[in-house]
Amino acid sequence: MLQIKNLHVNIGDVEVLKGIDLTIPEGETFILFGPNGSGKTTLLMTLMGFGNYTVTEGQILFKGVDITYAPMYERARLGIGMSFQRPPTIHGLKTGHLVKMCGQGRTVDVEGLAKKVNFSRFLDRDINAGFSGGEIKRSELLQLMAQRPDLILFDEPESGVDLENMSLIGRTARELLDGLQPASCTMKMAKTVCKTAGLIITHTGHILEYVNADRGQVMYNGRLCCEARPRDILDHISKHGYKECLRCLSSENGEQLDLADFREAY
Amino acid sequence: MEKIDLKKYRVDGGNAAPIEDLSTLSPEDKERLLYAGIDVDRTDRAGSFMHMNHSGVHCKSQQEGLEIMDIKDALAKYDGLPEYWWKLVDKDKDEFTRAAFETLHGGYFIRAKAGHKIAEPVQSCLFIKDSGLAQSVHNIVVVEEGAEMHIITGCATAHGAKETAHMGISEFYVKKGGKLTFTMIHNWSDDTAVRPRSAGILEEDAVFLNNYVLLKPVKDLQMYPALTLNGSGAIARFNSVIVAPEGSHVDSGNRIILNAPNTRAEIIARTLTTGGTIINRGFIGANNVPARGHLECKGLILGGGRIHAIPELDATIDGVELSHEAAVGKIAQEEIEYLMARGMDEDEATATIVRGFLNVEMEGLPPELQAAIDKQISELDAGDVM
Ligand SMILES: Nc1ncnc2c1ncn2[C@@H]1O[C@H](COP(=O)(O)OP(=O)(O)O)[C@@H](O)[C@H]1O
Ligand SMILES: [Mg+2]
Repeated sequence: MLQIKNLHVNIGDVEVLKGIDLTIPEGETFILFGPNGSGKTTLLMTLMGFGNYTVTEGQILFKGVDITYAPMYERARLGIGMSFQRPPTIHGLKTGHLVKMCGQGRTVDVEGLAKKVNFSRFLDRDINAGFSGGEIKRSELLQLMAQRPDLILFDEPESGVDLENMSLIGRTARELLDGLQPASCTMKMAKTVCKTAGLIITHTGHILEYVNADRGQVMYNGRLCCEARPRDILDHISKHGYKECLRCLSSENGEQLDLADFREAY
Repeated sequence: MEKIDLKKYRVDGGNAAPIEDLSTLSPEDKERLLYAGIDVDRTDRAGSFMHMNHSGVHCKSQQEGLEIMDIKDALAKYDGLPEYWWKLVDKDKDEFTRAAFETLHGGYFIRAKAGHKIAEPVQSCLFIKDSGLAQSVHNIVVVEEGAEMHIITGCATAHGAKETAHMGISEFYVKKGGKLTFTMIHNWSDDTAVRPRSAGILEEDAVFLNNYVLLKPVKDLQMYPALTLNGSGAIARFNSVIVAPEGSHVDSGNRIILNAPNTRAEIIARTLTTGGTIINRGFIGANNVPARGHLECKGLILGGGRIHAIPELDATIDGVELSHEAAVGKIAQEEIEYLMARGMDEDEATATIVRGFLNVEMEGLPPELQAAIDKQISELDAGDVM
């Protein structure tokens, strides 16, 4: 589904991603760990196609299509969907109307979907105007449910969210990735929805309690290392911080990295 | 801006015959009026009035307590309307008020009688059908004690009418406890000069809600309606949505003077230029307390044009609360990208944001009129405006 080859990305004159290789097949959810400032958000923004992120080398393939330089809306129409961390307020644009437009011409049961994320009473409000952390997440998920992407990019689903919201957000994210529970849909439907892939950034790992994630990796200083099961990565990081990953990166690259960076990182 | 030469226009020869049933208007004229918010086929109106070229052609009230007359008839019947006639607008203010004083083609006298709450809107159309004409009308609106009324007035030129001018004097009187909602929609042409001169006075606990919509080209429009709140507890509100494509010159604003305690004023304007000039004025003055007022002019420049926002507050007494907020900007890239991430291309994203920007919630509009305005805003599409 997604294939990233030797991706180098600059923000302004600074190289932030320094050669990323990553493949996410259909139906798989990939978890990205890494200290602050390592480039995780940059990777997601680059995959979505934001203007500030310049690809200087490498390639992004999605469903076999080279989208390295494709405009954002083409990526969205091809099936990439992103949950924004800090989405802008658009005055006069009703949330319900935006959700409807996310369907791209497909009829969307806005009311029905809104109920699922407990968002019915927000449909008449301007999008993101005064939304709390949890409300932003629910609004983003609602838009994604209407959009039905095949690859979901989700940056820190836990941030700014209380426990009650976390459970709702986690369950909804799972539904987006794994399809509806078998009771409410046919096996055939479940199979087709199951093609949905995910790329999720997490610090706390709370989201792992809800989604079935198959693989994970750590980003450090613009590079990926330490591929393992997400649970194991999380356990490791909580015990040892990120320094193991650093060792592994240094040995791979023969590069001397500064351990001091890590103390504040985790 | 080139000066308007009134000598260029004819002030006579534009007589039109009465029209008993407005639904007999031609489909083209009906369409022009529809874009000015007037659906002549609707029957759920408390009354209706139409002025065409130089004549009043239609005048009908369907409701007790509601008086609608051609202004000339009203002047004759009520001895020249001494309480209301030229009381709020100075006829020597400028050449346009003088022209309107010297040549009176018509206009309406609409009165809601004391205690009558007129449920359905009153519909009025001011229409210029033929080329080369200057039309000058004088309107008087009176809302008596405890009465309520909504007037929807649509101003339009016929398709193909060249070199036209409209001068309109309007005087509004909202008496104690009365409520007037006045919605004006303009659908002039890129060859029409427009000079309304309006003023109103509010007594104790009176409410005046004014909505103004200009989404179509106009050559040169200038207006600055002024409301004076002389009674305690009076409230005035102006909502305007103004779009100026290339070739339009719009100098429009609202003025509210708070002369009594417990008065409130709100002026909200959204302006958008895609090449035209918009001078957006706003003035709230306060000479008594407690008095509160807020003025908001927000402008968006898309591609080109000019927006000159001139918000003014003038308070002469300790304790008033007046504020203003003015902004002229462009569409934030961040907002465009947000919508593009949902699959809209750049034009669709821009149009969606602009629609939101212009989506001022106007008070008291019948739903079908709000829907018609929304539709027009959504039709301001990429090719046309963006
Ligand atoms: N808009 C920006 N302008 C300049 N530098 C940026 C910008 N956004 C991020 N960076 C830098 O890029 C690096 C990676 O940031 P980011 O991708 O946000 O990391 P993460 O999401 O892993 O915390 C950091 O050094 C950060 O300071
Ligand atoms: Mg980040």
